[in-house]
Amino acid sequence: MIAIVDYGVGNLFSLVSSLKALGLAAEVTGDAVRLQAADRIILPGVGAFGDARKKLDDTGLVPVLLEEAERKPLLGICLGMQLLFDRSFEYGEHPGLGLVPGQVADLRQDLTDRALKVPHMGWNSLRILRDDPLFRYVEDGEYVYYVHSYYARDCRPSTLAVSRYGDVDVTGVVRRGNVWGTQFHPEKSGDTGLRLLKAFGEL
Amino acid sequence: MLAKRIIPCLDVKDGRVVKGTNFEGLRDMADPVEMARFYNESGADELVFYDITASAEGRNLFTDILRRVASEIFIPLTVGGGIRTLEDFDRVLKCGADKVCVNSGAIADPSIIGAAAKKYGDQCVVLSMDVKRVDGRFRLFAKGGREDTGIDAMEWAVRGVGDGAGEIVLNSIDTDGVKQGFDLEMLDALAQRVNVPIIASGGAGKMEDFAELFTHPGIDAGLAASIFHTKQVDIKELKRYLRARGVEMRL
Repeated sequence: MIAIVDYGVGNLFSLVSSLKALGLAAEVTGDAVRLQAADRIILPGVGAFGDARKKLDDTGLVPVLLEEAERKPLLGICLGMQLLFDRSFEYGEHPGLGLVPGQVADLRQDLTDRALKVPHMGWNSLRILRDDPLFRYVEDGEYVYYVHSYYARDCRPSTLAVSRYGDVDVTGVVRRGNVWGTQFHPEKSGDTGLRLLKAFGEL
Repeated sequence: MLAKRIIPCLDVKDGRVVKGTNFEGLRDMADPVEMARFYNESGADELVFYDITASAEGRNLFTDILRRVASEIFIPLTVGGGIRTLEDFDRVLKCGADKVCVNSGAIADPSIIGAAAKKYGDQCVVLSMDVKRVDGRFRLFAKGGREDTGIDAMEWAVRGVGDGAGEIVLNSIDTDGVKQGFDLEMLDALAQRVNVPIIASGGAGKMEDFAELFTHPGIDAGLAASIFHTKQVDIKELKRYLRARGVEMRL
């Protein structure tokens, strides 16, 4: 059973549907006992970091997530991935979960070419830097779907894959121990995304 | 870098896909769920669903179709047609839409753009505009292209982006259905004014039209309906053709 953390952010329709299409049992839950019972956890998220962090705190699930991350595979998606880091500078400074070293910064500030559009939205190719069981069914250069304005940086030791945008290597996939994160949306990345979720289900 | 996007548009009325020429004389084409599957397998980068039904039953049928499509096709889905309130946004987002197009709804009440962007994020709000030349100016039209609003289209776009629209679909009424190519002059004029992704719509008749479109760097995506529905242009073939000409494409 995959537990999808319910903390009131984002639209989980596609994520739930994609896991179902893969034949993976999943439930959306905000119940600590269900997270403990699950054999893997997905932390989703869209929106602004500070707001999401507050909502996650309000559920009281943070200590449970930190503990479960030691025991079982956890995948953060999009803002859910950004929450894994030490801190974010989106509208102020906000603490993250500290599960992966690094920080989340404004992509626009790091792009030399000011004409490039932000959010970084659309299909970009994934350059795999380090092989990982998560890429069991995915090849270098496949396209994945991104929608974001902030990105994780100063996290090179944990970075498994990046996508190039202007002169920035946008952090695409990270891993530290049992904790993985994808900046892109696997549930919106067509067949490539489904294969990545399939591999997560087999970790 | 980001790949350029090829987007088929499905106009749905009473549960069926229809597509007219110059917005008149609608012809029935096919089942939307079947077509969505077909386009997903063909490599479409995104699907746009336009609800052109007016009745409440038609609307329910539409959200039902959307839910079915979204539960088996995992690429971005954009939904438009009859979006006037935050409740309309909510209704289609809950059925699996990722982005929502506003057109006449924003003309009737421009504050919907800002309110939706604040609630769902800029990336979720797509401003769709039907534009036609009137006295040498680009003029915004309402009601599916039937009514001249008197509003300057480029000013409208700048205002919409300022309010939080994260993307623009520019449909040229002048080239729509004519199949002689996209309205590059109109698209360039828009690209000079806004810095959000621009989806070109109206006028695609053959593969070369897309190749020409993407020589204009400000344009992110090409949208079409009938040429894809009738298989006059095959998306898989189109994308290979474009990539061979140096356009970045997801294959």
